[in-house]
Amino acid sequence: MDMPIPNAAIVARKSAIVTRLRSVLPADAVISDPAETRAYECDALTAYRCAPMVAVLPRTTAEVAAILKICHEEQVPVVPRGSGTSLAGGALPTADCVILGVARMNAVLETDYDNRFIRVQSGRTNLSVTGAIESDGWFYAPDPSSQLACAIAGNIAMNSGGAHCLKYGVTTNNLLGVTLVQMDGTVIEIGGPWLDAPGIDLLGVICGAEGQLGVVTEATLRILPKPEGARPVLVGFNSNEVAGTCVSDIIKAGILPVAIEFMDRPCIRATEAFAKAGYPDCEALLIIEVEGSPPEIAEQLARIKAIALRHNPVEFREAADEDQAKRIWLGRKSAFGAMGKINDYMCLDGTIPVSSLPYVLRRIGEMSAAYGLDVGNVFHAGDGNMHPLILYDANKPGDLALCEAFGADILKLCVEVGGCLTGEHGVGIEKRDLMSVQFNPVDLEAQLRVKDVFDPAWLLNPAKVFPLDITAARRAG
Amino acid sequence: MRPASESELSEIILGAQALHIQGGGTRSVGHAVGEVLDTSGLSGIELYEPGALTLVARSGTPLAEIEALLASERQRLAFEVPDMRALLGRQGVSTIGGVVASNASGPRRVQVGACRDALLGVRFVDGRGDVIKNGGRVMKNVTGYDLVKLMAGSKGALGVLSEISFKVQAMPEASVALVAERDVPQGLADLRAALGSPYDISGAAWAQGRAMIRLEGMAGSVAYRAGKLQDLLGFKQAEADWAAIRDVTAFAARHGAVWKLSVKPTEAAALIHRLELEAICDWGGGLVWLLDPAGTADVRAAVAGFGHATLMRTIPGMIQPTFQPEAPAVASLTAGLREKFDPRGVFNPGMMG
Repeated sequence: MDMPIPNAAIVARKSAIVTRLRSVLPADAVISDPAETRAYECDALTAYRCAPMVAVLPRTTAEVAAILKICHEEQVPVVPRGSGTSLAGGALPTADCVILGVARMNAVLETDYDNRFIRVQSGRTNLSVTGAIESDGWFYAPDPSSQLACAIAGNIAMNSGGAHCLKYGVTTNNLLGVTLVQMDGTVIEIGGPWLDAPGIDLLGVICGAEGQLGVVTEATLRILPKPEGARPVLVGFNSNEVAGTCVSDIIKAGILPVAIEFMDRPCIRATEAFAKAGYPDCEALLIIEVEGSPPEIAEQLARIKAIALRHNPVEFREAADEDQAKRIWLGRKSAFGAMGKINDYMCLDGTIPVSSLPYVLRRIGEMSAAYGLDVGNVFHAGDGNMHPLILYDANKPGDLALCEAFGADILKLCVEVGGCLTGEHGVGIEKRDLMSVQFNPVDLEAQLRVKDVFDPAWLLNPAKVFPLDITAARRAG
Repeated sequence: MRPASESELSEIILGAQALHIQGGGTRSVGHAVGEVLDTSGLSGIELYEPGALTLVARSGTPLAEIEALLASERQRLAFEVPDMRALLGRQGVSTIGGVVASNASGPRRVQVGACRDALLGVRFVDGRGDVIKNGGRVMKNVTGYDLVKLMAGSKGALGVLSEISFKVQAMPEASVALVAERDVPQGLADLRAALGSPYDISGAAWAQGRAMIRLEGMAGSVAYRAGKLQDLLGFKQAEADWAAIRDVTAFAARHGAVWKLSVKPTEAAALIHRLELEAICDWGGGLVWLLDPAGTADVRAAVAGFGHATLMRTIPGMIQPTFQPEAPAVASLTAGLREKFDPRGVFNPGMMG
């Protein structure tokens, strides 16, 4: 994975730039000592590391505006960072950049149940948004697996999803408004506690633009009253194909579970060895969760059971109580940890039409044999969002490159069957060079033009999302 | 001008000075000038997978054709498309492209989101004649920028849609309405309470002295939730005409300008009171339709700070922009996007100002 060569002229001006930043920020908000900037050298894609020139940790929108104004005048690239949990390298620095971390901006600014929204500073973590309102019976729906740590800023940048978005949608469907600081320091408000844009839907393109169009400092989020209860069931099958058909039949029957999770045999075996959740040893396993009051849950589960039994499952396990419900989720929630125990792994998130599931799983199995690397599949089956976990050994020379080549082949397969490279993690640097598999040059040029409007000098997170060769001229200014 | 393919569409755009893009011409607002570009030649459903809740159609496909096909599998477009023909005094056949270009969404928006939220992908031709694809046909997709949202509701300002992919929804087996006689403040307060309950309502409207709540889903679940809400709010089960709310039917045959306001719901009642205009409310007060017989009410000033207003139907002598003017920094981004995607200003000139 290449990154641009750092601009030596910028690095040479480091002390002057630091002096300017210190003049507008409190002393503890500017980090320039190389021993300390190393803390920002990577995000959750740890295979790639590079310490930034400077890191800044503002507390207010005004401070963010002052930082960006200076960086704009000095023509210094800026890499925004939420909590640094990106699996795609979205917050990977370059040696000539300023990392703008919003972690200290974590306040709740306004909670309004009557209008069903919360307004927070963007550095607040996903789970602590719900934490601020759950005692009153409310929650914020998007729930990425990293929700304990990940920030709303990063959720907006990547348009994050989660296990429960089958019913509630992803970030963009739950975002009402943002305060956005543009690269030149201009502060704008887009949206608010009302619906729809008066003109062109700028909020819709800002969400998911991976921090390339501006720095989001505050967000107005839709909140929802908590359902009365939830209950999972576990269904085991002797073939991936039958499990896939069962998912399709449930959806077609008009039942909308909040989650349908799928695990294949390698993944079931690994998690069973690790978490001992008591899963059946079968080819494919579904965890289906429904919500509502006890009679509503019973009504939905009866329908699901009737459909599942038509497909001759090897196991249909209901949860009689809270403890059994937890055991059903235990293996699924430990899946990543279990795979990590076996080896280093790379987690992809290509998305496919649900109908292609059996074919794609079979092809991944064939590729696994050809590459000599094991792979486990655990994913959100209801919406076709795959999560193949490819195991490799980081200490074995060449294994990472082999794993990346295998991963690229899986993502190409996703595109080939009508899907996409990434369903919820984002492109970052990880899938940057595969963008031309999914998009032709004209499709990509249209996206670059959007960035030209918001950030004409291409200073915001410039080396991400798009193949470097097609952005080179723009980044050079 | 009636292209039958993306390449013909591209050629027409490159050869044109000013185009007035039209699907069925059933929801035109504002004053577009130029030669009419009729998209009805770009018609046909290209893919429908009921088990994956996915439908792909060319932009000029009649809405009715899509709705009929979905109904044959007991499915539907979740966002409940309004029919604006009577209100706007239009004839014609509504196309799916027009629905998307106006982000047209009905009462169920409070539960399932707007048209924009049901879109999976688009193909469109911009003012440079470039054929552009964005999004796709899968349920989750964060690959590159979301130009799909940018196109939804853009009223043809950035390009002409040629193909659209949707996520569709299964029809519920049961639907029940709860109704109560209420004035505006109390009615909207009750609707907000229903939206703030765990009972997952799919409609929350007020019209002509009646507040209305809709519940949809499995029969047992609907009955359970209806019982809970009746206890909570004192509403009674009754017939309710959701299509009349969706289509603003009560204002169709009445004289006057019609405003569509998107507002912070708790501000709606006071705003209606201040303006002294007849109102229909949807989305728990988040959507307010106002009938302004004289066309003189200062709606834009009244809504400032907590929403925006679109002049959906005008009367002679009114001098008001159709769309809420944006703050200067936002307006310059919008203008910048239009300049990039339509550098010669071919699309719907004059409409968005």
